[in-house]
Amino acid sequence: MAYVSFFVIAAIAVGSALGLILRPNAIHGALFLVVNLGSVAALYLMLGAEFLAAAQVIVYAGAIMVLFVFAIMVLIPGKEESGADPRRGARLIALPVGGLLMLLLVFVVVARWRGPSAPAGPSGSAAAVGRLLFTSYLFPFELTSVLLLAAMVGVLLLARRRA
Amino acid sequence: MVPESYYVALSAVLFSIGVVGVVIRRNPLVIFMSIELMLNAANLALVAFGQRFGNLDGQAVVFFVMAVAAAEVAVGLAIIVTIFRVRRRLSVDDLSVMRW
Repeated sequence: MAYVSFFVIAAIAVGSALGLILRPNAIHGALFLVVNLGSVAALYLMLGAEFLAAAQVIVYAGAIMVLFVFAIMVLIPGKEESGADPRRGARLIALPVGGLLMLLLVFVVVARWRGPSAPAGPSGSAAAVGRLLFTSYLFPFELTSVLLLAAMVGVLLLARRRA
Repeated sequence: MVPESYYVALSAVLFSIGVVGVVIRRNPLVIFMSIELMLNAANLALVAFGQRFGNLDGQAVVFFVMAVAAAEVAVGLAIIVTIFRVRRRLSVDDLSVMRW
């Protein structure tokens, strides 16, 4: 049963990722990416990481993708990929090279996997992850707020209309 | 229980798809979304490894990756919008110099 759900979710994830890179329309790509992020959230649930699954849906599929769709709507893209591609040869080489990279990575994972996994995986509940974040990772956690503030100020500076 | 190596293999597949997307597309927004795909694949691998070794540190790191990704998307999209405002078009092949 777990295998069936894993393979169904994995097929959805891979298919939506392929849709993202193959569909010419950027809005379709954004919607495919939402599907992909949602299926990865389902995989987090299967791995027992409930807090991360919720954060994935809220932060990625919610906030980040809204930002993407908004930017796509503002920029109205779609015309830049029409017309002759001046670097078509280089882009065609990317496909076999990417396939080779995928085979290599999967081979390394599958061939080098040794030993049994931990008897019982840790609970990824919000309480457990929160306790870890506020004890061992307290300093990086506080630094995250500085990072977000810096990003916010930087975006305001970039988006300001120059006089 | 599905072994963790399946999740890591899936994450490798998703990462490779993201790499190909970055290389073959000309629209910077789609390239950016492919980068998000790669970040997400790395997150999946982190969670799977954390589960395999029986500790929560992988999940804490994924939390930080999400925060950094949010900041990165905000700044990156602002840069793309600024480039579009100056250039009036949007193709990565035009952006071969670091100044204009």
